[in-house]
Amino acid sequence: MSDHHKETFISKYVFCLDHKMIAKQFLITGMIMGIIGMLMSILFRLQLSNPGESFAVLEWFLGDKWAPGGVLDPNMYLSLVTMHGTILVFWVLTAGLTGTFANFLIPLQIGARDMASGFINMLSYWFFFAATIVMLISLFVETGPASAGWTIYPPLSALPEAIPGSGLGQDLWLVGMALFIVSSLLGGLNYIVTILNLRTKGLSMSKLPLTIWAILITAILGVLSFPVLLSAALLLIFDRSFGTSFYLSDIVIGGEALHHTGGSPILFEHLFWFLGHPEVYIILLPALGIVSEVMSVNTRKPIFGYKAMVGAMLVIAFLSFIVWGHHMFITGMDPFLGSVFTFTTLLIAIPSAVKVFNYLTTLWKGSIRFTTPMLFTIGFVSTFITGGLTGLILGDSALDINVHDTYFVVGHFHIVMGLSAIYGMFAGVYHWFPKMYGRMMNKKLGYIHFWVTFISAYGVFFPMHFLGLAGLPRRYYTNSEFPMFDGLSDINEIITFFAILGGLVQLLFVFNFFYSIFKGTKATENPWEANTLEWTTPIERIHGNWPGEIPSVHRWPYDYSKPGAEKDFIPQTEPLKEGETEH
Amino acid sequence: MTNILIILVALLVVATLVQLLRVGELLSEVKNQDVNKVTEKDNKSQSIIMTIVGILFLVSCVWQYFSWGHLMLPGASSEHGVTIDNLMAFTMTLIIVVFFITHSILFFFIYKYRKADDNDVAFYYPHNNKLELIWTIAPTIVLTAVILYGLSTWDKITNADTSESAIIEVYAKQFNWAARYPGEDNSLGSYDYKLVQGPNALGVNMEDKTSLDDKVTREIHVVVGKPVLLKFRSQDVIHSAYLPHFRVQMNCVPGMITQFAFTPTQTTSEMKDQEGEDFEFVLLCNKICGVAHYNMQMKFIVETQEEYNAWLAGQKTLSEKLLTQN
Repeated sequence: MSDHHKETFISKYVFCLDHKMIAKQFLITGMIMGIIGMLMSILFRLQLSNPGESFAVLEWFLGDKWAPGGVLDPNMYLSLVTMHGTILVFWVLTAGLTGTFANFLIPLQIGARDMASGFINMLSYWFFFAATIVMLISLFVETGPASAGWTIYPPLSALPEAIPGSGLGQDLWLVGMALFIVSSLLGGLNYIVTILNLRTKGLSMSKLPLTIWAILITAILGVLSFPVLLSAALLLIFDRSFGTSFYLSDIVIGGEALHHTGGSPILFEHLFWFLGHPEVYIILLPALGIVSEVMSVNTRKPIFGYKAMVGAMLVIAFLSFIVWGHHMFITGMDPFLGSVFTFTTLLIAIPSAVKVFNYLTTLWKGSIRFTTPMLFTIGFVSTFITGGLTGLILGDSALDINVHDTYFVVGHFHIVMGLSAIYGMFAGVYHWFPKMYGRMMNKKLGYIHFWVTFISAYGVFFPMHFLGLAGLPRRYYTNSEFPMFDGLSDINEIITFFAILGGLVQLLFVFNFFYSIFKGTKATENPWEANTLEWTTPIERIHGNWPGEIPSVHRWPYDYSKPGAEKDFIPQTEPLKEGETEH
Repeated sequence: MTNILIILVALLVVATLVQLLRVGELLSEVKNQDVNKVTEKDNKSQSIIMTIVGILFLVSCVWQYFSWGHLMLPGASSEHGVTIDNLMAFTMTLIIVVFFITHSILFFFIYKYRKADDNDVAFYYPHNNKLELIWTIAPTIVLTAVILYGLSTWDKITNADTSESAIIEVYAKQFNWAARYPGEDNSLGSYDYKLVQGPNALGVNMEDKTSLDDKVTREIHVVVGKPVLLKFRSQDVIHSAYLPHFRVQMNCVPGMITQFAFTPTQTTSEMKDQEGEDFEFVLLCNKICGVAHYNMQMKFIVETQEEYNAWLAGQKTLSEKLLTQN
């Protein structure tokens, strides 16, 4: 395939059409953004555990203007919180996770030479790159980056008089997000088309690995919901810059009555969460797919209840479109509507419970190999349970009244969405690294990375539930203005300690990643003894994936430890033996 | 200078790590092993670590509860708050039980089924429809109970009878609160945001007769045992009126009125006896609203009818405040 044209540096590493390189571009961009986002969280954690104290590191990063004398400026605090959320949700867990594994795995696991459109795929990355640059530039503007929270509710996000971050910083945020959405849509359409059309001979939908199922459903969610955020952002741009009143009404600010009447900020919340809730599953589903695959390989067992797993994902995806109102129980919405959203929201617990039970049954009577990706998979199951359960409280409108917007919410979504997805992402990187770079990541560093991450992540987010039950609102610069929160400083110190520890150990991962690209031990073609198609490709990664014919598929991907077989795995390319039944 | 030193130290750490890894790899090459291959020893040690960390995690959850439980909000000081607390206790018990059971199973399986000489072959078990049906139906039944209990509580709270309630307007702006009492006629005067100016901070329309006896205050006082209906307005951005002790929260949205009805059941002085002299009910802002969001608060006082009457009588009406000055 690649003989026709000569590869230059530009065509191989920069404007590359090969899905494997584009996946790496997404991954490395996501990693860089991840480090920036994580650093932001450590900066504002310092203020939260030691309010008003001076830290050289704050002054070092933020300078005199935003950390005078080493004390974090309250406007900058809100900017850091906002940008931390934006970067982690969209840049790391959406583009970094889906962009990497959809691009890398779809052609390899369905037996295709590349994506349906390599060019659109490349455009998807470069729109993402442009969005990244715009978002990074916004960190350096004079009035500071966007600071109305990652959900950018107007009027706060619409009025520079309300908060300085809503000046140029918010403009750049909106432009960056618009570019991001274009990237996401281009990518998503390509994923769907490729999965539906380019599967190799014999690979029916019922033989698809769960990773591909998860990515397909994710892409459909993204294509249906991101345009709504785009329109919400466009209307906000109109309100901000062209004097329309979609979201603004009856506002007096800076001693001046604004001309806007008739708009509703609640409209924005509806539009935002119509994306925002499916977005949670856009983040989580790829991780569910990766984890299913990694668990099956490392327990040497078929994933239990393949059809139920696919069904559960479809049900979750469908429900995710009719639950957005649970973010808005206390906006004054009609109580009946609140009841409907409570009902649909709590229903999600059923497919989620099915998934958990199926994971536990997959572990049962397995022969578990404790590879690094397997450890992260176990971590995923734990956080998925812990964070999912607190969702029963937040999804219940009556209970949400008192814990809404408190640290209980922060603890909940960081565990169920943040940790689960990032564990899925780590599992995926460790698992497919040999296929990406032809080398293995270091095992010992991987173990240390997992254990410190697992312990410090729970150390950060579990105690937050207690802060929330004590009534502490999120996004407070300090809680020292309220005597009722005076007892909480111990908890805050513990959280910050674990945040720093967990942050530092990620550097070990970054080190391991780059070290292993160049110096890791050489991988074999199929180091984990897995069944799926990507492990039939040669170690030299070529454009076109397979040197000769694309192999055809004869069985589902989960024939591990099948009785009567010679080995404990049977690649999908192996025809069924005479008299052998499918699973 | 310190910056250069920091960078140097960081580089040294990286260089040391590289060398350590090289040494490990060379050693294993000499012994003809693959340094990154997961060995029986690894399976054993990792599964044991997982069990220990898992147990420590569960123990630490219990420890956190016992050391920080007293920091949680005290029991609700309102009628509907008690029903929320009951629902919370029910749901919390349920999820704690599920949390401990599923995590125990998880950590047990991880320990029990590690690859070992005597556990080299996994059990081929692709599906079992009966089992899957059971654990679809079981959560469905539990969830039905949770949903029904939750919805009936929500329904009671949001459909509270407000015909007898004392009406108080709560007005939010960056970064403080104000309250408006309807006065003798028990009716709040109309308003227009364009009238917000100088002393008329709430934009009350003084040509409306019902506005004249309205009283604007910097504290909220309510009578114990009497239902109140709080009506919320905002001047600039979205705020959220949060009264954690009463289990009350409602957003304040510019351009619309929102409301929450409840009945306080404990006076401030009763709570002081119970929780300590420093105790105060407080109204917080719980929706990011700008630079001083973290300090947007107002005192909320629950007292007896006599105390309340005395306090309210001491407040000036709007006509006294706004009209007599001219």
